[in-house]
Amino acid sequence: MASYSTNEFKGGLKIMLDGEPCNILENEYVKPGKGQAFNRVKIRKLISGKVLEKTFRSGESVEGADVLDTELAYLYTDGEFYHFMNNDTFEQIAADEKAVGENVKWLVENDVCTITLWNGSPITVTPPNFVELEIVETDPGLKGDTAGTGGKPATLSTGAVVRVPLFVQTGEVIRVDTRNGEYVSRVQK
Amino acid sequence: MPSASVKALKQRAELLHLIRCFFAEEGVLEVETPLLSHGTVTDVHIDAFSTAFHFSEQGNQETLYLQTSPEYAMKRLLCAGSGAIYQLCKAFRHEGAGRYHNPEFTLLEWYRPGFDHHQLMVDVDHLLQRVLQTKSAEKISYQAVFIRELDMDPLTVTLSQLQQRAEALGLDMASAMPDDIDTLLQLLFSLYIEPKIGQDKPCFVYGFPVSQAALAQVNREDPRTADRFEVYYKGIELANGFNELRDAHEQRIRFMRDNQLRQAQGLPPMPMDEHFLSALEAGLPACAGVAMGVDRLLMLQINASHIEEVLAFPVSRA
Repeated sequence: MASYSTNEFKGGLKIMLDGEPCNILENEYVKPGKGQAFNRVKIRKLISGKVLEKTFRSGESVEGADVLDTELAYLYTDGEFYHFMNNDTFEQIAADEKAVGENVKWLVENDVCTITLWNGSPITVTPPNFVELEIVETDPGLKGDTAGTGGKPATLSTGAVVRVPLFVQTGEVIRVDTRNGEYVSRVQK
Repeated sequence: MPSASVKALKQRAELLHLIRCFFAEEGVLEVETPLLSHGTVTDVHIDAFSTAFHFSEQGNQETLYLQTSPEYAMKRLLCAGSGAIYQLCKAFRHEGAGRYHNPEFTLLEWYRPGFDHHQLMVDVDHLLQRVLQTKSAEKISYQAVFIRELDMDPLTVTLSQLQQRAEALGLDMASAMPDDIDTLLQLLFSLYIEPKIGQDKPCFVYGFPVSQAALAQVNREDPRTADRFEVYYKGIELANGFNELRDAHEQRIRFMRDNQLRQAQGLPPMPMDEHFLSALEAGLPACAGVAMGVDRLLMLQINASHIEEVLAFPVSRA
């Protein structure tokens, strides 16, 4: 794998740090007084998800991480692994629970997710920004209520719980923003 | 497309005008000195651009350096009896671009014969009050600000104490912790002190460790410190000034020491500015001088968060 000098650092660059692939979020060049220059780098560790701030000496090099984002459709889970397929090549990949993490609640069959591969193995699964899921349970709301009140919790078919307006009923399909877990709209079946 | 708005360009013109008015009233002469020079800076952490000159009088190819600061040339004018002078010019440093850095930038540099660095700080304060409408500045020594903000004395601290303090403050180095006192002091200063000082009025920090003296005189009362000051305002390092070193022999030794350090780090030694050194030998009047980043001044004036907002064309678009 290529190595990168701090001069090449920018948001989105994937590097290895403490044996873990990381994504650079922000990079700031600092040159204190008349002294040596440094790079203050905000980094997300791709396996643990931890965000930390590291200081590099400017000009220092680090190993790049062999990390690749692929777009794969979610197929099914066998209870242990989550199976995805490349819709062009039909190649299948299985991600474990650790890679899927909390995003398991946004996995909808046939939805295309972003699977991040490190050395060919899935390390993270990112669902599409918006998913459509059926409400399996929510308290009956009042007729004529409009959005804007506090809303009520609704349990979706995947087990996710989101707040929905009072007029939304069990059995309806709703659109949810997976980045913040917020209700967007009802979907006409 | 320019990265600065037309409004920012107008404000730059206005700022340059205000600066020139200030010095005209003060009776300080505007000068111009070469941007290309045979000699250059020897400082380990300043890297000059160089270019080839094919038309020298001797007929051989020469290397010329783009100046990193007009200091040497301006001091030659002072040696020649110019009296108080200032210059608004471009300076060039071969280094990365960042929020507060562009490799080519506008510098305001001025010298006051007969002033020491404390008198010059008053001068700088007046200029800032004029162009940025700041309140009267605060002044604190390097030692006192370290004790106040980080509870340690930078003049007596040991390397291991400094390393422990850095770790406790949360400094997470990608590789080993720096093992050099000055580098750590500079890093801690910029990460943990700079953001806290000069927030509602400019802050002058003076009396830097003598190891960070560059072209400043060593302080008479406390030889552990140099007569150097820096100005900080709203988290931005704005200016660097000295009670200027006048001893040609001492200056040559500092340049040579820089070059030794460069070689120890695998960097090429740089040609010392012999014109400057011989002018110093002829005699530099007692004076204080300061260099101020004009782009940063403009950033403060218009509340810009990135230097690109005040440059017509930053290096990426140049």
